[in-house]
Amino acid sequence: MRTLLFLLAAMAVIGSGFWAYHENYKTQAELDHADDLRRDITQARERLAILRAEWAYLNRPDRLRDLADLNFERLGLLPLRPDQFGMVDQVIFPEPPKLDITMPIEVTSAGADQAGADR
Amino acid sequence: MIRTPLRPLARILEARQNGENPDAIERENLRIRHEQMRDKSRVRAEGRLLVLGIAFFCAFSVIGARMGMLAASEPAEPRAQVSGHSIIASRADIVDRHGRVLATNMSTHSLYAHPQQMIEPDRAANALAGIFPDIDPDRLAARFKDPKRKFLWVKRKISPEQMQAVHDIGEPGLLFGPREMRLYPNGALAAHVLGGASYGAEDVHAAEVIGTAGIEKFLDEELRDPSRAGAPLELSIDMTVQAAAEEVLDAGMKLMNAKGAASVLMDVRTGEVISIVSLPDFDPNDRPNPLVEGNPSDSPLFNRAVQGVYELGSTYKIFAAAQAIDIGLVNKNTVIDTKPPFEVSGFKIGEFANKNYGELSVEKIIVKSSNRGTGKLALAIGPKRQKEFLKTLGQLDATPLEIVEAKGGAPLFPKRWTDLSAVTISYGHGISTSPLHLAAGYAALANGGIYVNPTLLKRNEPATGTRVMSEQAAATARGILRKVVTEGTASFAEVPGYHVGGKTGTADKPKERGGGYYDDKVIATFASIFPAHDPRYVLIVTLDEPVETSGKKPRRTAGWTAVPVAAEMTGRIAPLLGLRPDFGEPGLEKIFSTSR
Repeated sequence: MRTLLFLLAAMAVIGSGFWAYHENYKTQAELDHADDLRRDITQARERLAILRAEWAYLNRPDRLRDLADLNFERLGLLPLRPDQFGMVDQVIFPEPPKLDITMPIEVTSAGADQAGADR
Repeated sequence: MIRTPLRPLARILEARQNGENPDAIERENLRIRHEQMRDKSRVRAEGRLLVLGIAFFCAFSVIGARMGMLAASEPAEPRAQVSGHSIIASRADIVDRHGRVLATNMSTHSLYAHPQQMIEPDRAANALAGIFPDIDPDRLAARFKDPKRKFLWVKRKISPEQMQAVHDIGEPGLLFGPREMRLYPNGALAAHVLGGASYGAEDVHAAEVIGTAGIEKFLDEELRDPSRAGAPLELSIDMTVQAAAEEVLDAGMKLMNAKGAASVLMDVRTGEVISIVSLPDFDPNDRPNPLVEGNPSDSPLFNRAVQGVYELGSTYKIFAAAQAIDIGLVNKNTVIDTKPPFEVSGFKIGEFANKNYGELSVEKIIVKSSNRGTGKLALAIGPKRQKEFLKTLGQLDATPLEIVEAKGGAPLFPKRWTDLSAVTISYGHGISTSPLHLAAGYAALANGGIYVNPTLLKRNEPATGTRVMSEQAAATARGILRKVVTEGTASFAEVPGYHVGGKTGTADKPKERGGGYYDDKVIATFASIFPAHDPRYVLIVTLDEPVETSGKKPRRTAGWTAVPVAAEMTGRIAPLLGLRPDFGEPGLEKIFSTSR
């Protein structure tokens, strides 16, 4: 009985040791993974900053103005002027669809009396 | 355990036979037993103490060892922690009111050298001169070969292509360090607002980016504050409007042969400066050096809109009229005699081109721009009240705009505010202010009599300010300003649909060395508000030494120079600001409009 107890205890120690090391390795691997992700995020952020700067640089008003002038024949872009504003009633809206009446129901008030309306 | 009996029978019997007391044997044995028990428990207690001691020793040595290790080892970031916003950029971006980037950071590299590690200093110097044209190869080689030198900077920031080219030289003594640089992607756009940045404390691994002028310097601490966590600084500037204003003003400046120009566009309710231009300008990415000699106002770094304090001439007349109406001295129909002579303290006050307007109503005095008329209004108001009024309108202090140059734009006015000063100041002579001062003053007329501080930072709600005049007085002044455009000196300012109101001002430039004014150099200013019946914006356009040469004689008055430029600018920027033109009578559009 006592030997069995000792054996079980030893097995428990080995088992818990194995489990602890296993968890440790898993944690280390996760931490490495997190480090990789963090580095990726930093790089992505840097790239984003550079792309944002490049976007701002490519969209600078000077360049857009020059491009609009260069492509004037194709695009015909001019600065916005006050006379380009319109009124809402100048907009041609599509006509509302007509109701398709195939089976008209005739309704008449002939023969109805005041008493019927009061009821 | 073998228990020894306390009264062993053999010894008791023996003792009885010998006539001894058997109790003595029992006592003796009891004593022996007690001694044994005492020894045993002593040993056990000592053992326990030892174990306890070892346990404590172990515990304390573990703690001690851990403390020692923590103290001696290199600090490391906690790896398991989730980091949200790490500090990405050391300096916050600057964006316009719609979030478009005006200033941002970019990571580049710096190039430095360790001369003691260099193998072929001459070849390296020549190759570097091939990559960077501004490097003198002989001087660089001499510095490389100086035995006392252990370190030297070659270039503060280099592009990736240049870095690769330097790498290809293959010189082990040339080294790269990471470097953050400030980038202004729009070039010269809003250059005077942004200012510029340069490096402060430098190291091989990093360098401090510090603002050198403009808002970059004024809000340097705030931009560098890590607790912003990368949140950009939002300005009130609208990039599109700013670009359009710069384009129009630049064209106008060239057309009118002016040597400089400035414009300010301000929201009258919030005090936000939507666009502020000063020409000539510069590229903040490559900020020029300040002038060493000559007039600093000739440098492109000089911000005419904020630092340039000039006598702005007749644009000031409306302040005298508004104050006189506000304190109830006159109304807009009160008739004042503007016939000569009109002398104050022995000085004759004249009109433009020695005209004589005769008897004029207050409204006509402004429309015709009569010096004598406003002078008489100023005398009626009195110097003390006039000074107080201009003080509340912010005309006597430097503007609180968020750029460092604003402090340098303190107005110039006489120390002793005499009757004569009051008269000349009423028509804008004897007081020098910047276009921005004028914009703030006109904004108070435009928004119903409340002075708001001009600001470059985006505000989301109307600013609170101090009331400087009654709403009725401000409304009357606006009506007069509209009349100036429809009937008076600023007829070119009319932009169909926007109901511009404004006042022209042409002031002779004082000679730099003193001694009077130039005959042929003027500052032409047009201060306008639009739409005049319900003003949203105030626009100031100033041209420095303009001359219009289409007529027989060169024309320099603001009506021929600044006003057409301002009209063109209004026509360009008002649609960009989302202002819908209204071709009907002012005020009626509220009934019709469906898009508001």
